[in-house]
Formats: sequence, structure tokens, C-alpha cells
Amino acid sequence: MLLWIHQHQEYIYIVILMIFLGIEIIGRVPSVLHTPLMSGANAIHGVVIIGAIIVMGKAESDNYLALILGFLAVILGTINVVGGFVVTDRMLEMFKKKK
Amino acid sequence: MAINILTLIYLLASVTFIIGLKMLSNPAHARRGNLIAAAGMTIAILGTIFLYKDDEGNSLHNYGWIFGGILVGAIIGTLAAKKVKMTAMPEMVSLFNGMGGACAALISIVEFNHVNNSINYFNGSLGNGFVLPNFSYSFLLIICLGLIIGSVSFAGSIIAWGKLNGKIKDFSFKGQHIFNLLILVIILIITSLLFISFPDNIVILFYSVLVLALLYGVLFVLPIGGADMPVVISLLNSFTGVAAACGGFLYDNKVMLTGGILVGAAGTLLTILMCKAMNRSLKNVLIGSFGGTAVAAQGAS
Repeated sequence: MLLWIHQHQEYIYIVILMIFLGIEIIGRVPSVLHTPLMSGANAIHGVVIIGAIIVMGKAESDNYLALILGFLAVILGTINVVGGFVVTDRMLEMFKKKK
Repeated sequence: MAINILTLIYLLASVTFIIGLKMLSNPAHARRGNLIAAAGMTIAILGTIFLYKDDEGNSLHNYGWIFGGILVGAIIGTLAAKKVKMTAMPEMVSLFNGMGGACAALISIVEFNHVNNSINYFNGSLGNGFVLPNFSYSFLLIICLGLIIGSVSFAGSIIAWGKLNGKIKDFSFKGQHIFNLLILVIILIITSLLFISFPDNIVILFYSVLVLALLYGVLFVLPIGGADMPVVISLLNSFTGVAAACGGFLYDNKVMLTGGILVGAAGTLLTILMCKAMNRSLKNVLIGSFGGTAVAAQGAS
């Protein structure tokens, strides 16, 4: 167990620090911004597309399952990223007009 | 050299995500924050496509498929996001969130297939009873985690989208919470069976986890009332964040890890804040469907 912690200490540090950072960063968000923030965070977890690209790029050209699923994953991931950022931008644009 | 530049790009992208989230929580800079995070995401994606090398130093191939997928996704995403009415924004977010969850689940399925193939390969050459080295167990664990969280998030988000749309009605039956809990326990049991009976029957077990996780996602969101949907979407949002972080462990990819955990933590806090803004507790929202109807009935009488 100790050895495992030692071997993966880099990850453990990142995870713990990111948890606190994530909580700290949005701790004082005004309630009007809840939905845009949710949408922005939604776009950011679209980083999962990087994993999809790696899956796709590593797939052997005769492995049809990996090719098809990977292709689908790239499409879905891109929709998440692009759609997420565009929707967030539109929401925030609406805020500006209100003022 | 190229791989060092990629490390720098990932570092930069992680910082833009943090700054972006920070600015998004401040009305004056929110829009710029969103653009900064988007820029970080763009360089991270482009960097991955052109600079990524695996452990043996091979670059990625299948560029046609990758660019095709990105093009199709970008067109669909932009059109959907531009066309949607302002009032329908939350359901759009939910749908996009579901796409991210599905993406994470698909990655897990493909990687599981790789693991399974290598098991079969070893079994063929070394005879049955061959035990994979230890690291494969943690690898498999991460794959299962990504699969479960991603599928729950996908199924839940689709249901949340349908509910906000008015396409899916509230549905609950007696003892549903216990039933849900039971499914969750079964998922955990099957997942641990996966490791015990490794590598026999591993494929069947893996796909039954997938089906059960999807079922759990559906049943988890179904009883929750439409007015509470934004809270649920925010919660599912943080789930997808964790699923993305699983991908980060899988590929030793720091930007996926930081982005995923960041969203996971921020999303969880945001969920709690949203509940507070409605003067309710998270527990109340999640298992309050019966309480909600009971209170309404009392009010009516």
C-alpha cells in the first residue's frame, strides 16, 4: 500500500490539489452565474476528447470495433467541446444585453 | 522534442482551464474566461493530434478518421448550440454532457477490448492460468470506473434532457430508491467478480456492468422532478468530469486528469450551491420525489 502511494504520488498530489482548487475557485460564484458556470464546466470536461483521439489514432486499421467506436467517441467528444463552449458563450452574451 | 512541446501544451491548457473557471465565476470576466478555456482546449486537441507519441515513439495514425470525426462533431455541435432557443439552454447542456459521458464510456469499451485481446493472446501462447502483471489490474479498474461513471452520466443526461423537453414524464414506483441502491450494489459486486474470476467470462461480466450502469442512470434521474433538473444536470456534469479523469489515468495524460478532477470538484460544489440557492439540501432533491409529492398533497388538502 505504502509502495503504491509512493509510486503514484504524482497522481495523488494532482488529484488532491485539483479537488481543493476546484472548490476554492468557484466558492464565491453569484447565483445568476450558476447555469453558465455549469455549462462552462461541461465544456471543460470535454477534454475527454483527447482520450478519444488517442484511441482513434492507435487503432489498427483492421480492428473495426476500435475504429467505429473510436470514431463515434471523437464525434461525441467534439460535440461536447464545441457545443459546450458555444452554448456558454451565447448564455453570457445574453447577460450582457440585459445590463 | 515534440513530446516536450506537448507536455508544455498540456500544462498551458490545464492553466487555461483553471483561469477560465475562475473567470467564469465572476460576472465581469465570465465571457473572456470561457474563450480562454476554449483556446486552451483547442491547442490541447491540436497538440494531441500532431505531437502525441505512444511509449514506443509511434505517432498517431488514422488522421482521416480523426479529422472526419472532429468535423462532423463540430458541425453538429455548433448548429445545435446556435439553433437552440434561450429557454432550452439547460436541456442542451444536459445533452452535451451526455455526449461527454458516452465518449468516456466508449473509450473504456475500446480499451477493455485491447486488454481482452492481450489476455487471449497470452492465454494462447502461455496456456491457461496465465496471470497478468499487477499493473493490469489497476488498468482494468480504471477502465471499469470510466465505464460505470460514463454510462450513468450518459443515460442520466439523456433522461434529464427528455424531461426538460417534456418528452419523458415523471415515473416512480414504490421502493424505487431501494431498487436503485440494489442495482448499484449489483454493479459493484459484478465489477469485483470481474477481478476475481479474471480472465474467464470477463467479457460477459463487463458488458453486463455496462447495461446495469445505463439502467441505473435511467432509474436515478427518472423520479426526480423537472424543476430540480438543473441540479441533477450539474451533478451528472461532475460525474462526467470524474469519468474524463479516469481517461487521464488510463493514458497518463495530465491535462485530462486536471481538467476532469477540476470539473468533478467544482461541479460537486456547484451542485450544492444550486441546492442552497433553492433552499433545499442535495439529499432532499435526490430522494425527495416522494417527499415532494407528499408535501404537495398536504398543501392541496
